[in-house]
Amino acid sequence: MSWALLLEWVIKSAVIIMIILGGFAYLTLFERRVLARIQTRIGPNRAGPWGLLQPVADGIKLIFNEELIPAQADKVLFLLAPVITVVPALIILAVIPLGPEVTLFGRNYYLGLASNVNVGVLYILAVASIAVYGIVIAGWASGNKYALMGGVRSTAQMVSYELALALAFVGPIMLASSMSVDAIIEGQTHLWYVILQPLGFLIFLIAAVAEVNRAPFDMPEAEQELVAGYHAEYSGMKFALFFMAEYGKMIAVSFIAATMFLGGYLGPFLDRWPLLGPVYLFIKVVGLLFIMVWLRATFPRFRYDQLMAFGWKIMLPLGLLNVVITGVIIVLVGG
Amino acid sequence: MGFLRGLWAAFLSMFEMLRGLWTTFRSMFEAPVTYQYPEVKRPVHERFKGRHVLKRYDNGLERCIGCALCAAACPADAIFVEAAENTDEERYSPGERYASTYQINLMRCIFCGYCEDACPTEAIVLEHQYELSFTSRRDAIYTKELLIVHVPEGGKPTPQNVPVGMFNRAIPEMKDPA
Repeated sequence: MSWALLLEWVIKSAVIIMIILGGFAYLTLFERRVLARIQTRIGPNRAGPWGLLQPVADGIKLIFNEELIPAQADKVLFLLAPVITVVPALIILAVIPLGPEVTLFGRNYYLGLASNVNVGVLYILAVASIAVYGIVIAGWASGNKYALMGGVRSTAQMVSYELALALAFVGPIMLASSMSVDAIIEGQTHLWYVILQPLGFLIFLIAAVAEVNRAPFDMPEAEQELVAGYHAEYSGMKFALFFMAEYGKMIAVSFIAATMFLGGYLGPFLDRWPLLGPVYLFIKVVGLLFIMVWLRATFPRFRYDQLMAFGWKIMLPLGLLNVVITGVIIVLVGG
Repeated sequence: MGFLRGLWAAFLSMFEMLRGLWTTFRSMFEAPVTYQYPEVKRPVHERFKGRHVLKRYDNGLERCIGCALCAAACPADAIFVEAAENTDEERYSPGERYASTYQINLMRCIFCGYCEDACPTEAIVLEHQYELSFTSRRDAIYTKELLIVHVPEGGKPTPQNVPVGMFNRAIPEMKDPA
């Protein structure tokens, strides 16, 4: 491996991590502004022009918060849990291509770290599953009944909805006959998979919202019942890491949905200006993030038994049905 | 049949969910109800009870005669009044006495307005000033200088030198005592 190649990879990794970290900061602002507009308020607009420095102010406030470790807590696990939660959110974007091949300074670059890995989709699912450990460890290590219940709920919820999530992935995989993310995007050159897989896209969206513990599936942190759920005992930067993981996962899931169903970086005039690719992807991701915020502003939280019943009795059968229908149609049409 | 009914119910609830989404989406385009507070202030109602002011008559004399009925009526014991005698050379109020010291501790005040009701000369009124924040306890004690209104147009500041025998009542007439 030459030095130039190593440098290229380091820069790409840094960019991907910065997308999540910077995206996290401004997603909080975006969410607060959109929620405020939906509630006919204005939202934070004081810190800097249009409130653009609000995330900076929040960050400074969190850094100067007191870091508390409860006496009953298991110290090692308590410190480890936020790290386990946040790392998957940061690395999940590695297999998502941000744009087509571009030529800069006489060299060709792929805008993406490892998008040509032949098990890219499997990687996404595997990494997404790790985050649940962080949450359940946080709940256990806090030594607090509410935190523990939040952790337990979260485990059950994420395990149940992961099945539906995985089944929603199967549609695009079958259509592209490949698990490589690049191949899935190439398969959408003429027609996005959201048109061929409307049911799959719907299942993916619902399961993804449940997977990242967002309203109306925010059972693990149902504040009316569980104080704050698994992060009730966390303060300062450790809390910020959980916060970062939740919003980072929101961004990651939006990137994945845009890539698997909405054609990723594909869009008009891409042949002439390949650098439009990241712009198209950004627009799609922002649209999906808006939908997540919109859902949060609209729907009340599920009851816990309803949540589980919905996951196992509706989402899972629908996901299986979608796979069967897709398979039958592929056989009939002939691939 | 039961299956079809279930499907219909699912369809209906889907429709209701979409209607909910449409409602929240529509509300994004309504004008915000927020007042941009320090720049734009929401007008208070006419009978709003804010900070007290001590009123004057049109000729500039103070309405307060130092009777301390407000202090007696105050349920929070926030008012302190000390009276002194008026003379015709140094006249503050049209009555026999005036308030030489008048203090309201705004940390104790509950803005009930009983002092207003108790005042025989309508000297103390709860007006519309509501931005009352203090950096120390001492700042919360409003003295007479802070509470009293400016001398109106055509009036003279107190103390005034007035002709002998012009004011001879202990409690002045409400209308036009001059």
